[in-house]
Amino acid sequence: MSVMAENLLDATFAKLKAAGNTALIPFVTVGDPDPEITLDILTVLEEAGADVVELGVPYSDPLADGPVIQRASERALVHGVTVASCIETAVKARERGIRLPFVLFTYYNPVLQMGTERFFAELKAAGISGLIIPDLPYEESEEVLALADAADVKLIPLVAPTSSGRIAQILARARGFVYCVSSLGVTGERATFHASVNDFIASVKGQTDLPVAVGFGISSREQVERFAAICDGAVVGSAIVRKIEESLPLLTQPSTREQGLLQIRDFVAKLRL
Amino acid sequence: MMKQVPDEHGRFGPFGGRYVPETLMNALIELEESYLKYKDDPEFQAEIAYLLKQYSGRETPLYYAERLTEHLGGAKIYLKREDLNHTGAHKINNAIGQGILAKRMGKQKVIAETGAGQHGVATATVAALLGLECKVFMGEEDTKRQQLNVFRMKLLGAEVVPVMSGTRTLKDACNEALRYWVSNVHDTFYILGSATGPHPYPMMVRNFQRVIGDETRKQILEAEGRLPDMLVAAVGGGSNAIGMFYPFVEDQDVCLVGVEAAGKGVDTDFHAATMTKGTKGVFQGSMSYLLQDAYGQVLPAHSISAGLDYPGIGPEHSYLKDIERAKYYPITDREALDALQLLSRTEGIIPALESAHAVAQVVKMAPAMSRGEIIVICLSGRGDKDVESIMAYTEGGETV
Repeated sequence: MSVMAENLLDATFAKLKAAGNTALIPFVTVGDPDPEITLDILTVLEEAGADVVELGVPYSDPLADGPVIQRASERALVHGVTVASCIETAVKARERGIRLPFVLFTYYNPVLQMGTERFFAELKAAGISGLIIPDLPYEESEEVLALADAADVKLIPLVAPTSSGRIAQILARARGFVYCVSSLGVTGERATFHASVNDFIASVKGQTDLPVAVGFGISSREQVERFAAICDGAVVGSAIVRKIEESLPLLTQPSTREQGLLQIRDFVAKLRL
Repeated sequence: MMKQVPDEHGRFGPFGGRYVPETLMNALIELEESYLKYKDDPEFQAEIAYLLKQYSGRETPLYYAERLTEHLGGAKIYLKREDLNHTGAHKINNAIGQGILAKRMGKQKVIAETGAGQHGVATATVAALLGLECKVFMGEEDTKRQQLNVFRMKLLGAEVVPVMSGTRTLKDACNEALRYWVSNVHDTFYILGSATGPHPYPMMVRNFQRVIGDETRKQILEAEGRLPDMLVAAVGGGSNAIGMFYPFVEDQDVCLVGVEAAGKGVDTDFHAATMTKGTKGVFQGSMSYLLQDAYGQVLPAHSISAGLDYPGIGPEHSYLKDIERAKYYPITDREALDALQLLSRTEGIIPALESAHAVAQVVKMAPAMSRGEIIVICLSGRGDKDVESIMAYTEGGETV
């Protein structure tokens, strides 16, 4: 029996912990504004100091997402982006030399239609380390979790401030890291956070040995700093997707693409503590 | 005896369940617990029964459509007159139930999604009656098709939020209502209008709508001394149909017929024929049949009827289809319009475009049945709201 290599996500969090650092976890929608430019964006995210990247699979009905990521989904779907093509993007990114661990973020239906067995076989072959399915609560996740474990893909759960009585059940099935939702609502930038979020995160941290990351609404360096002090990772989604949206006129012209990528890189570099 | 559905996980066979973000789970569990607590509470039931009777005007008549029966020359046709409810459709049955539940749960604000506007109007009405703040999410496309209902909701004191995302129709209104609910669960109750969505909604909406079937059963026994041979109801999400069917599910001799919108035809890209053309998938919180592409992206639906213009269907209908207890047939825009005209001229009843789909299916089936057989159509709503759409269709070069 061959010894399985350590999951890249675990290795990354272990390294960060040893150095006393917090993970910066950007989110991008694959195919926004097109699959080729996504590869360029992944390159600059790595250069800017990202530690893990969430690859968002565009979906027609993204229930958990606010308007910024909804628009990104619409832009990506124009190019016929599918779950399979998102996994392919991860493979191409590796071929380009990108070493970041990838976490695929996808709604459940595209996974179901691809077929769960084929899905995990392809995730494994592509070396994707983790998976977030926002509309798959633990009650519905048994089969998916078994397949994910077998493929050594970490099924990362969301924990909400309202999860209270459910937290123990969620953590018992958590893999990779625990994704704490900063506040109720959909994804999207937030000006402020309720003070009670600190207690919530502390409570989750107290109940698990896994790294705990926070997401939903984190959009500035100040906010990354605020959360870095109390957890192991900060997910920045809508703010980066919005930056991509603002850079569209530059990104979509070959002559100005470099300039657009530089804007994104600068934005992300400033988030890196 | 068939097995009780749904089970404790909200499953109707493989369908249903609860596929929502973790941020909503607690709210759904709280809702389920409250509903189960009050469901059999005599005071809660009495309050609903009182409003259904004194406010909405139930029971609604079961009317023998003699001229339509003679015109078609086959089975005897009865109409369950849900169109005679206050606000003009069956939607009020469920809005009253959920509205009272919202009050019991101490929620001061209610939200709703609406397609044709009937559920929005019913919710706005109940909110006014119970002194609750009300916000209705409606696809921008539908606000144009159903301007009269938008104005009615505003008159009733509700705020109408036009939804600009996706296809700007009913499915996007549902998405937006769910998104809003996630952010406001502490003081807001989501009055979902169809037998769709995550558990406990499909079960709860069915139970609030079963009054249609319960009354029909009693009335047909009084009128005919026996159960009908066939029940026919239009299906978008499927609330009037499941309300009509449910009390008859164990009566194997009663055929259950659901009628879905074929739009411009099931072989075009413009239909809402979820049962005829859909496949299994997860959409808006539950597993059911769904119009989708090979990659799991939800396809836009089309129907002249805004209330049927929905790519999903309630999970219990998918279950009834798979166990072959109910059958589902598609009816085109054209066929529905013809049936609307026929019912208007033979009976002096202008049905809603949704209900006209059910009438159209009966126009196809009744002549082949014997005069001794009995069909009950669920006439789920009245057609006043659709007059403008019908005029627009006519002006588009098609004659009514």
